[in-house]
Amino acid sequence: MVAKITPKLPAADGYKFGFNDNDNATYTYRTEKGLSEDVVREISKVKGEPQWMTDFRIKSYHHFLEKPMPTGFWGGSIQNYDLDFNDIYYYARASDRPEADWSDVPEYIKDTFDKLGIPEAEKKSLIAGVGAQYDSEVVYHSIRADLEKLGVIFTDTDSAVRDYPELMQQYFGTIVPPADNKFAALNSAVWSGGSFVYVPAGVKVDIPLQAYFRINKENMGQFERTLIIAEEGSYVHYVEGCTAPTYSTDALHSAVVEIIVKKNARVRYTTIQNWSTNVYNLVTKRAAAYEGAVMEWVDGNLGSRLTMKYPSVYLMEPHAHGEILSLAMAGPGQHQDAGAKIVHVAPDTTSTIISKSVSKGSGRTSYRGALKVYAGAVRSKATVRCDALLLDEESRSDTYPLMDIEEEQVNIGHEASVSKVGEDQLFYLQSRGLSEVDATKMIVNGFVEPIVKELPMEYAVELNRLIELQMEGAVG
Amino acid sequence: MAEQLLQISGLTVAVEGKQILNGVDLTVNRGEVHAIMGPNGSGKSTLANALMGHPRYEITGGTMIFKGENIAGLSPDERARRGIFLAFQYPTSIPGVTMVNFLRQAMKAVRGEDVPVREFREKLLSTMKMLKMDEQFARRYVNEGFSGGEKKRAEILQMGILDPDLAVMDETDSGLDIDALRTVAEGVNALTTPKLGIVLITHYQRLLNYIKPQFVHILFAGRIIQSGGADLALQLEAEGYDPVIAKYGPALAATGEKA
Repeated sequence: MVAKITPKLPAADGYKFGFNDNDNATYTYRTEKGLSEDVVREISKVKGEPQWMTDFRIKSYHHFLEKPMPTGFWGGSIQNYDLDFNDIYYYARASDRPEADWSDVPEYIKDTFDKLGIPEAEKKSLIAGVGAQYDSEVVYHSIRADLEKLGVIFTDTDSAVRDYPELMQQYFGTIVPPADNKFAALNSAVWSGGSFVYVPAGVKVDIPLQAYFRINKENMGQFERTLIIAEEGSYVHYVEGCTAPTYSTDALHSAVVEIIVKKNARVRYTTIQNWSTNVYNLVTKRAAAYEGAVMEWVDGNLGSRLTMKYPSVYLMEPHAHGEILSLAMAGPGQHQDAGAKIVHVAPDTTSTIISKSVSKGSGRTSYRGALKVYAGAVRSKATVRCDALLLDEESRSDTYPLMDIEEEQVNIGHEASVSKVGEDQLFYLQSRGLSEVDATKMIVNGFVEPIVKELPMEYAVELNRLIELQMEGAVG
Repeated sequence: MAEQLLQISGLTVAVEGKQILNGVDLTVNRGEVHAIMGPNGSGKSTLANALMGHPRYEITGGTMIFKGENIAGLSPDERARRGIFLAFQYPTSIPGVTMVNFLRQAMKAVRGEDVPVREFREKLLSTMKMLKMDEQFARRYVNEGFSGGEKKRAEILQMGILDPDLAVMDETDSGLDIDALRTVAEGVNALTTPKLGIVLITHYQRLLNYIKPQFVHILFAGRIIQSGGADLALQLEAEGYDPVIAKYGPALAATGEKA
């Protein structure tokens, strides 16, 4: 059995997962539309937060006001979209508190989760813990008892503010400071939900920790905040898969993910992003890796109207290794502006970036990569490879690789390719009996194979299915 | 009398507006091996691609009747499902797709129904063994980084798995050393059945030492200018194409040029 991140619904016209239980949803609390300092204070008050978090939010709100929209290197395209910050609800809560027991979860929420296949996955014990985000609040959360015994914390970030104040005050906002960029500032001001993961020294979590995220309210912003701390010599694999219902007006998703990978620890963070194609997905993901640590981002972007996301790794101490595998698929009307960022701060650090993008129809993919090597980061090694596949004449792909290398004693490799699904490849596969659609699917599946093979099996299966669904309309 | 498999009549084919085939007639019955020989540029590969339905090859006249059906309007996959197979001269690579996955899907597509895993596996392993291919070969990506010999063997492997009624082999001998040529030829011979018709397209006679044709046709300037038995190939080997071309060629070359 596989753990489903998406339901087994037949592909209808339009968005596959566009079910919407909105009619039954009763929001126990929701802020007014739009953003102001009062709204920010209100969010903090409703959550019953300590003063330090309220102050953090207010300070962040002012950074948000001061920061310009991102321009230049890190995403130059948001200006072209009609995103109105005042037309969004910044906080809504559908149930009063995080639920630990499945039977306590409200029926209509269960219904949505049933469609997402979560209970089955839970029953099969395929997943170590599930934190599911229903709108802004985590309502369902569980963790395997033996993980708890090992001292592993896997909870929603709101609870972490209350239950683990020392860890939160020590690490929260240290990897992605509120002033980092406009959307990080926005998230810092209005964040809600997200996961908090703490893995004690030497503990290796042998099965992936999974979280499910959904936006389920029209014009409902979702600003989850995730913090992962992997102590010395530990290992954890965190997996997030996203589906969202489709709506006629635009929704904003702006998350911040911070990861601390201490000496000789390893963290892998896997994302399958499948927002409906009206969602703006503007996410800041960053990790700091210390001596001998390994940080791996596996980042698949299939959905959303516009995604701007560039997972990054700061290699802070010798022998740290960063790896970013990025997959983007853009169909008509979509722009996947994705990429990766690696910063070599210390000597003997190594990194690999592999980016694969597929565009069809008027879809557009951009690879934005930044590689920075500070002076003194001697014997650093970095490899960047980005491949783009275009399915037709209308599709578009651009590559913006930025390299800033201050050290001479380094080894840097960069390769890029753009290819079209060739007539000869199609003819070859068709001559073996495959229809044009099946032949195209096979070519695309082969193209993304280097990324897909890095996913947990149930996600690989799911991703291949999502890709195939996207391809159905790609030909003819 | 043998059952007729393929009947090509007056076939004319153009590529990017340029006429390459100028009226080809060819009849192939089940169980027969036909060799199509000719110098470079005579239209041999065009005939192969036109039979399989490559979109760049435009049928401008004549008919191709396969098992009683005119196949000119059919897509390549429809032709494959009706039992036509083309062994490519230059098979293209499909990165990231393993041979085993590709072969399984192809077998399923051609049959029009799912193939039991066990049956597929047995067929795959026995065919690979016959072609002296290592089992690991099935895990490699389709034609990715294959040597010339491996590519040709992989084509014959596909032929074995798909079990066609008509196999068109486009320069299957090119780029092979003598050992590889023998293995490939033995593979083709092992796959030969009374129901199978083969069209062997080759520039050289040497393949025909291993796969014996009953019929040899010389293609020149887009037409078959001479047909005969196996001895015609030997004659070509001894004399080259020049005498035949001198006899039939000039007039045809002239008509072909105007296209």
